Amino acid sequence: MDQPSAHILFLDLATGACRREPLSPARRHADGGGRSLAGACFLAAQPDGAAGRFDAPATPVCLFPGGLAGYGLPGASFATLVGRSPHTGGVLTAAVPGGLGHGLARAGLAGLVLTGRAAQPNILVLDGRGARLIPAGALAGQGTRAVFAALAPWLGAVAVGPAGWSGSLLAMAVADGVHPVGRGGSGLLLAAKNLLAVVVTDGLAPHPAFVINPAKAGGTADSADVPELAGPADPAGPADAPGLAGVADPAGLAAARAAMLRLIDASPALAGPCGFGRFGPAALLDLTAGRRMLPTRHFRQTFFAQADQVSAPRLEALYAPRAVGCPGCPVPCRRVSATGAVLPDNDALSHLTALLGLADPHLAVAANTICLDLGLDPPGAAAALAFFAEVAGREPRPEMILDGLSALAREGAGATLSPLAVKGVALPGFDPRGAYGLALSLAVGTSGPDPWGGLCLAHELLRKPVATDRFTFAGKARAVFLGENVVAAAGAFGGCPYCTLAVGLEEWALAVAAVTGVPTCAGDLARLGERTVVRERLLNAQAGMDAAADQLPGLFFSQAGSSGDGINVAPLSRPDFLAARAGYYRLRGLTETGAPTDERASALELPCLR
Amino acid sequence: MSALTTALAGQWADRLARAGLCDPGQGLVACLDDDLAFSRPSSHQALVAACIDRLGVGCVILAPPAEPHRTILEFLAAREAPAIRPRDCETRTFFHDIPVIGEATPAAVVAALARRKGAYLPGVGILAHGALSPEQAFVTVSSVAFAGFVKFFADHLAAARAGTLDAAARTAFAAAVAKLPPPPTEVPPLARGPFADRESVLAAMAEAGRATVELGLVDSVFGNISYSLDGVLAISQTGAALDDLVGGIDCVPLDGSSCAGLTASSELGAHTALVRLDSRRAILHGHPRFAVILSMDCAAQDCAQRDACHVACPRERFVDDVPIVPGEVGCGPRGLVHTMPPALAADGGRRGVIVCGHGVFTMGADDFGVALADLCAIETLCRTRYFQALGTFPL
Ligand SMILES: [Zn+2]
Ligand SMILES: [Zn+2]
Repeated sequence: MDQPSAHILFLDLATGACRREPLSPARRHADGGGRSLAGACFLAAQPDGAAGRFDAPATPVCLFPGGLAGYGLPGASFATLVGRSPHTGGVLTAAVPGGLGHGLARAGLAGLVLTGRAAQPNILVLDGRGARLIPAGALAGQGTRAVFAALAPWLGAVAVGPAGWSGSLLAMAVADGVHPVGRGGSGLLLAAKNLLAVVVTDGLAPHPAFVINPAKAGGTADSADVPELAGPADPAGPADAPGLAGVADPAGLAAARAAMLRLIDASPALAGPCGFGRFGPAALLDLTAGRRMLPTRHFRQTFFAQADQVSAPRLEALYAPRAVGCPGCPVPCRRVSATGAVLPDNDALSHLTALLGLADPHLAVAANTICLDLGLDPPGAAAALAFFAEVAGREPRPEMILDGLSALAREGAGATLSPLAVKGVALPGFDPRGAYGLALSLAVGTSGPDPWGGLCLAHELLRKPVATDRFTFAGKARAVFLGENVVAAAGAFGGCPYCTLAVGLEEWALAVAAVTGVPTCAGDLARLGERTVVRERLLNAQAGMDAAADQLPGLFFSQAGSSGDGINVAPLSRPDFLAARAGYYRLRGLTETGAPTDERASALELPCLR
Repeated sequence: MSALTTALAGQWADRLARAGLCDPGQGLVACLDDDLAFSRPSSHQALVAACIDRLGVGCVILAPPAEPHRTILEFLAAREAPAIRPRDCETRTFFHDIPVIGEATPAAVVAALARRKGAYLPGVGILAHGALSPEQAFVTVSSVAFAGFVKFFADHLAAARAGTLDAAARTAFAAAVAKLPPPPTEVPPLARGPFADRESVLAAMAEAGRATVELGLVDSVFGNISYSLDGVLAISQTGAALDDLVGGIDCVPLDGSSCAGLTASSELGAHTALVRLDSRRAILHGHPRFAVILSMDCAAQDCAQRDACHVACPRERFVDDVPIVPGEVGCGPRGLVHTMPPALAADGGRRGVIVCGHGVFTMGADDFGVALADLCAIETLCRTRYFQALGTFPL
């Protein structure tokens, strides 16, 4: 058995000290990779097990490719970034789309655990010469567009923009120049380490020598001459992945891959004529508009009469963009115009239009492109601008938006954010009053309100695997509990949240069993997902978070949405919401304050809360 | 709360009987809300309760199959254990296999259902779980019965061709055939088109969908239906029950100006392609069993695509005048969206097309009358041709 096994790389950015630890088969079996393994390593690497600040040098930041990210499975190239939330001090997990997870996995890395703070901004490069820290020089503080252009060609990269260096709580890391990396301040996690970017480039060595020596690093990246935003390097073929562990059952992996592709092809939301592969996730705007759950004018309304002027098909017609996707994905979901403008996804499009009460598609695209360049969370920033206008008692003015975004990025941690948020993160482009399971999942999400976190969009909006009544809490506690487990398990293996609309744990289990040779069933993976979520709950509880963090803003319980077309958008019932949340806590094995019970923690082989 | 849950369980048990999946009163549906409720008392309650508890799901159905499904599944389970591999396209897409459970213990049942959405427990019935709702488990039960039926008859014809039929297979076949419902003889009259407004379109679709299910030409949770009017395609939603389409229809602009079709049937792409190629306005898609079975009967023993007929059959095949085309569910590179529409629109508009291992598409100029009659006639034709094909081999 001369197979290379993946390694976890521990890197102290202050000293350049670096060590590798092989990932044991037991660890791989228990936690897979990605979101789960990153969470496990994050928990294990806590200084004295205590909750520190997100930017304390000893607080680790973990960047882990999905456990199957290197194997060319569709919708399975993601990595996960895990650190401490700048908003709550609890956990922040952010999915990293694009080629980074794929690249890290093919370099033989199961993950990076970064501690310490470099003396100056650095770029972590993983390439044929191993891992190196390169001083970022003048690139630090520039827009991400310039950063990605200077780094190209890459297999995958994640970078911080100006908002990260100013300390904005809206700072968002950007992957491959086009993908938002979660919400909740992901950009701050890297900036706190003085890390401008993590890049995997082509030409990986069979056994990379991990040489970290910032003092002698080979030259400063030069940003004087910024070329056009170059695309990623072509993903290498399967034979060209020297670091990737072998596959126990190649035929089984091919069958799993075929099964995943068949399901994606059969999914109307992914591969259909109106699906994400055709229009990107912004396709959802037509549904939220038609269902009267489109957050409008800072959530004062849930219906936006001009929605058709800013819909995804409208943007498609205006920009004729090209599709950009993750390696191996049959339904590429990002849209980039000929001039490099990045079309917004659903949350960004929704908040850059309806939430501001503005129906200008060009403004929405320009604003989204600027947000990505600034490394600023587009929906969060739009919500902040909508809130300013509301406080000032006026409607947002179109000519103020782009300047407003730049100001938000400059102002840093002092900027005022929208209070219509959970765990400090503005609610996304789906009004909680329009889907009750979604409302619960937005409230209880461990890192903030993630509309994909509990998989409720699938059944409440997209009718998959079956439709459920969106205006009831009945059965939703269980739906959120099970949905979170599925999404977390998929995240452990590099799964794209969108693809969980089609690909289930049965298919992931086929792939895991084929790669590892260990018999694995859907139930095993559901348990892995459960463990992942409870571990994140544990981190939140350690940081002092309680049930108050799992609450929706009062507005949604007191104000009705915009009823009409036979759809009644009532305020949420607080008793019903609390009953559903209590039901969720029971299923999840949490106390009344939302902390894991010792019993559940032990059953899942997790440490108990002290 | 508990009374509500009991009522819900009862409703789904009734639906199992209405769909012909169980004899009346035989289906056992268990739903969990605050308490666990059963549709009826049963000696299997403890087993089902253990499944709910250990799987953490909201619903489990135990469906003792009605005939001929019982004969079929018992035969397949005995022959194919530890798992029945479906041959039809739709079941293959959504189910990898149907585990055959070795013993009626909680451990064995839970192990099977932790792997798959549904399983078969010989001597007892189909077991399926639903994380979200009883409907999810119901869809699985329906799929298992359909997949078993198709596989049983398709395998039998293939074995007859290969000369490998044994006594047990012959006995099971005779028993199943004796319990087959007769083919429908009469197609009910449907509303006459052309339809002038949205309301009459939706009503006509609901009527046609109901009739298609009642004639046994599709199980209610499958199939799809559409009608194009004034640049808008009214099409059944994905997962909509064809016999209960009220509120289950999306109106999708054909100019692509809206993504309202995100929730439409996974065959939306095929329907819109048809509208572009063929002036007939009504489209009906069902899964009539013998059409599906016969479409998988390929006499080309030395074909290089022997195991990939459903996606890559290189031959032009017909049942009489009705073409059989390959193609998978949906809009992928091997999707039926590329093969079915040109075949149905060919020769000035054919009466129907069979998608290999999947189902049948038919059309009507202004309403669903002809589309339904053609769907029914094609199934009757295929049933006849199936038994004729068998008759050419000595039994
Ligand atoms: Zn079909
Ligand atoms: Zn063939």
